[in-house]
Amino acid sequence: MASAEEASRPFAGLSDVSISEEIPVEGDIAVPVGPSTRDDEFSTLDEPVKETIVRDLRAVGNKFIHVLYPKRSSALLRDWDLWGPLLLCVTLALLLQGGAADSDDQGGPQFAEVFVIIWFGSIVITLNSKLLGGTISFFQSLCVLGYCIMPLTVALIVCRIVLLSGSGKVSFAVRLGVVTASFGWSTFASTAFLADSHLTNRKALVVYPVFLFYFVIGWMILTFSPGN
Amino acid sequence: MSAGSRSTEPWGGFDDQLIQEQLEVLELKRTTAGPVSEPAVLRPQGGGAAVIDMENMDDTSGSSFEDVGELHQRMREEQEVAEEAAAADADGADDFLGVKGLKGQLGRQVADEVWQAGKRQASRAFNLYANIDILRPYFDVEPAQVRCRLLESMIPVRMITFPQKVAGELYGPLMLVFTLVAILLHGMKTSGTVIVEGTLMGTAIGTCFGYWLGVSCFIFFLAYLVNAQITLLQMLSLLGYGLFGHCVVLLVTYNIHFHFLFYGLWLLLGGLSTLRMVAVLLSRTVGQTPRLLLCGSLALLHMSFLLYLHFSYHRILEGLLDSLGGPDPAAMERVARDVHQVTLNATARSLGRAQ
Repeated sequence: MASAEEASRPFAGLSDVSISEEIPVEGDIAVPVGPSTRDDEFSTLDEPVKETIVRDLRAVGNKFIHVLYPKRSSALLRDWDLWGPLLLCVTLALLLQGGAADSDDQGGPQFAEVFVIIWFGSIVITLNSKLLGGTISFFQSLCVLGYCIMPLTVALIVCRIVLLSGSGKVSFAVRLGVVTASFGWSTFASTAFLADSHLTNRKALVVYPVFLFYFVIGWMILTFSPGN
Repeated sequence: MSAGSRSTEPWGGFDDQLIQEQLEVLELKRTTAGPVSEPAVLRPQGGGAAVIDMENMDDTSGSSFEDVGELHQRMREEQEVAEEAAAADADGADDFLGVKGLKGQLGRQVADEVWQAGKRQASRAFNLYANIDILRPYFDVEPAQVRCRLLESMIPVRMITFPQKVAGELYGPLMLVFTLVAILLHGMKTSGTVIVEGTLMGTAIGTCFGYWLGVSCFIFFLAYLVNAQITLLQMLSLLGYGLFGHCVVLLVTYNIHFHFLFYGLWLLLGGLSTLRMVAVLLSRTVGQTPRLLLCGSLALLHMSFLLYLHFSYHRILEGLLDSLGGPDPAAMERVARDVHQVTLNATARSLGRAQ
């Protein structure tokens, strides 16, 4: 029938294949191996763990140095990673925790709040930068903003040390100076990396939210006072 | 025209002409392969169909944003599937079960199909909802434009006979809301509140965004009721720029603490920005009662928000001073000082007086 013919069309090739039982089926199943050098370049699965960790740490450290001496380079953008921002964010949140507990139980900004503020703020700035016509990708921007929190983290450590010696007017003045300087440094560093990707006349529109973001983080650091 | 077809389904089916348009547009897209990342405004009708068709349809058609988008996606997918099937046929279906069949080709194909279907579903959802290009036209501004609009937000225009132009952008309002958040946080510090810092951050963000989005939606709803000619985007933009006056007033009065200065600035700057918004709304509304309702509620909400922002943090420190048996009420000037010192001084003074 016509329908049977149509149904058996995919099986048409079967009629040609008939393996009789007397002839043993044998052959060689050898997968040809490609050039091994190409494999070695990308396969980091077999190297010892220490090597992987040291390589990643070296990359992170390299980027920290780039933030400390910000100049127009594309090192942060080329191989972005989010280890550094995560490390900085966790350090900041841990150090800011449990501060300013006067009489309430709530105290200062909790770990989760600092975490959420930093990442939410970074995402908003990245989206804003993309909507204004930026050419860098989402994760590159997150990477730059995260790494540029480093001066503020250093300022927080300095503030904590200063607070160990009392919390009077002098200490407040010192802390204000340190936080303002590091806030300016962070903004300048992130501008050096982010501004290249934009048209010159829209640079101000991109830099302003970055300025606000680091201002809020600086405010959190400045108003931190250790609980009793 | 197509009223007959629309009434066939209980929810009001698809517009036939709409489907025809979609098909034609798909043909157009297939023949002219354009770049993928054009903004919604510049694309031919098919690419921006989800946005443009929303305006063309009235509310009774029953075709929501999702339905139209799904229809569009389904058509595109059917086209893709047809192309894939054609390509697969061209490869030659002879060796389908020839030799490979015995090694689980069937299972692999099924897995492939499932993977493709899942990928299609995920990309469909992603393209529909997470398409950031929808917002791109609203961020297309220059710094000079933003500066102009900031200054214009304080200048009420007297002409209310024909509708005034409202810029439909979201960059300025968004940045103003964030600035207001930053100013509120700064104000909380200078008013001496070192308690519950963490939740104050959430409160500040919640207050500012809640006001901007909530009041915009409420006024838009009222405008919809009284048939005023303003869209939600324009309302968001108008109210956002109206927060510029608030930012300036709060920035000044959180640092210089004189009651009369605050009241003066409240009337002057708050009043000017409110008048500007009211004038725009007046020019777009017809009828005495609707105008009164709309503009009255906006003025009330806007002015009282500024009062609230100032006094909700002012009151904290005043309450603190009162509870310590504070200084005479004439000295309203506040300075940022350590709370512990005040407690120490008050205690020492009371001890000295007792002896």
